[in-house]
Amino acid sequence: MNALAQTPTPEVPLLAVRDLHKSYGARIGCTDVSFDLWPGEVMGIVGESGSGKSTLLSCLAGHLTADAGQVIYDGRTTGPRDVLTLSEPERRMLNRTEWAYVHQNPRDGLRMGVSAGGNVGERLMAVGARHYGAIRSTASDWLGRVEIDANRIDDRPSAFSGGMQQRLQIARNLVTGPRLIFMDEPTGGLDVSVQARLLDLLRGLVREMGLSAIIVTHDLAVVRLLADRLMVMKSGRVIEQGLTDQVLDDPQHAYTQLLVSSVLQV
Amino acid sequence: MTAIAQTPTETDAYNFAYLDEQTKRMIRRAILKGVAIPGYQVPFASREMPMPYGWGTGGVQVTAACLVPEDRLKVIDQGADDTTNAVSIRRFFQRTAGVAVTENTPEATVIQTRHRIPETPLTEGQILVYQVPIPEPLRFLEPRETETRRMHALEDYGLMHVKLYEDIARHGQIATSYDYPVKVEGRYVMDPSPIPKFDNPKMSDNAAIQLFGAGREQRIYALPPYTKVVSLDFEDHPFVASKADHPCGLCGSTDSYLDEVIMDDQGGRMFVCSDTNYCSTRREAGHIGAMAAPAPAQPQERRAE
Ligand SMILES: Nc1ncnc2c1ncn2[C@@H]1O[C@H](COP(=O)(O)OP(=O)(O)OP(=O)(O)O)[C@@H](O)[C@H]1O
Ligand SMILES: [Mg+2]
Ligand SMILES: [Zn+2]
Repeated sequence: MNALAQTPTPEVPLLAVRDLHKSYGARIGCTDVSFDLWPGEVMGIVGESGSGKSTLLSCLAGHLTADAGQVIYDGRTTGPRDVLTLSEPERRMLNRTEWAYVHQNPRDGLRMGVSAGGNVGERLMAVGARHYGAIRSTASDWLGRVEIDANRIDDRPSAFSGGMQQRLQIARNLVTGPRLIFMDEPTGGLDVSVQARLLDLLRGLVREMGLSAIIVTHDLAVVRLLADRLMVMKSGRVIEQGLTDQVLDDPQHAYTQLLVSSVLQV
Repeated sequence: MTAIAQTPTETDAYNFAYLDEQTKRMIRRAILKGVAIPGYQVPFASREMPMPYGWGTGGVQVTAACLVPEDRLKVIDQGADDTTNAVSIRRFFQRTAGVAVTENTPEATVIQTRHRIPETPLTEGQILVYQVPIPEPLRFLEPRETETRRMHALEDYGLMHVKLYEDIARHGQIATSYDYPVKVEGRYVMDPSPIPKFDNPKMSDNAAIQLFGAGREQRIYALPPYTKVVSLDFEDHPFVASKADHPCGLCGSTDSYLDEVIMDDQGGRMFVCSDTNYCSTRREAGHIGAMAAPAPAQPQERRAE
């Protein structure tokens, strides 16, 4: 159950980021970013709008090309490698086997014209699954795990609520048993009660599967609930990082203090 | 028919086979590239032809680039040599290239086709030219051209099976019966043009050169002789080259692809070979179907599929 207990003293971080930099022309997207993510760890990234959270996540996942730095990922079979130097086929393979990416807008992460079962099955088929019955039963199983009724398996996501779409996106990502999941505001557009249910589900899955995760959010409540460690960003830089409780209860940087107090005032 | 009839009658005004030599060279280069990379879609600068898109302008340009004066051309549409489309294209090349024509499959050196592969096995030296409306097999689920190109480049073909998955989920089986996607030499996924899936196995290990031309989409692709072509499927839903489960009413053939033909207003119908040349050749050889005697009935209407 507890991934950290299974691998008590991992020798290398799952992800080691060093001096990552990305500019959009003269504008800095993110810069000077360095951190380690250990197996089974959930890292939260918070910061005001425009602080570089999405840019950082996109660079890590390879959706954007970083200008400089290293992102060293400890692959299952390959061992630690700088993913910024991988070829496109290697990166794609990583993206559909060991990594997962949950978009804020489910439309960006789902195929809206394909049934729920087809959405979940796509990654399986992409890595070579060729038995329809097996694909379907795995899809059905995963719908259950994200609390979508199995009899909706042939419905298209357009017939689903926002919360269901987001849960479907999660199932579609986790079906191949990845080790690292990137999430950019996964609860963004949802009602508070729907958010809470999704967070519960995510927390359960992360623990059950021993997933490592990097989750970008505006919402400190999300961070409290999910993240072991927290990174605070401002103007493209990491200004504070540490254990979540430590950062939230005893913020060192003036900006973090402001961030925490403004939330507490709400 | 009309589109072609509008072309000027003085054929001297045209180069052999209508296209100028430079254009033909450009098309031949695309064909050679296609032959070198079986199943890969080669872009080419499609020319205006004196017929509308949908009349097989891609196939016509490929045929024009392949023809030499000694060729003997056969043109079929849905297996038949006598439909408007087939007749117009055949006439077009008779007029612009002066080549001999034939309906007899083994005699033809170049066969342009829409929607069928002849039943009579092709032989070395023959060229089969397909008219292709939509060359991109991934198009229906991924409309972005940049993305489908990347998918081909990276052999990222999971999406192709998603389509088949959706088919089974919706219909209980793979309902795709035309345009059934194939994988070529274990590499490129290819759209075989809207031939019935019954014809798919004929593409594989075929002695002829198979060339595919898409005019509007400006793509050419090819299968050199004896290329391995596999229809995509699932282990528990294997590909089946199905056809109507009847013998041909005219020639009695049980292994040729059949069209259902409406005989009269009373709901009378029969199944006949879609390959008209194959059927008549069999009848000439003495094979007689159950509904053939004494004189073959005149089909009133071919059911479009
Ligand atoms: N495609 C782009 N072109 C130019 N500048 C960009 C682009 N995307 C982001 N930026 C800029 O980079 C900086 C970081 O943006 P980013 O989207 O990473 O912030 P964010 O923390 O995710 O913000 P939000 O909370 O609003 O999602 C901002 O100044 C932004 O304007
Ligand atoms: Mg963002
Ligand atoms: Zn017949």
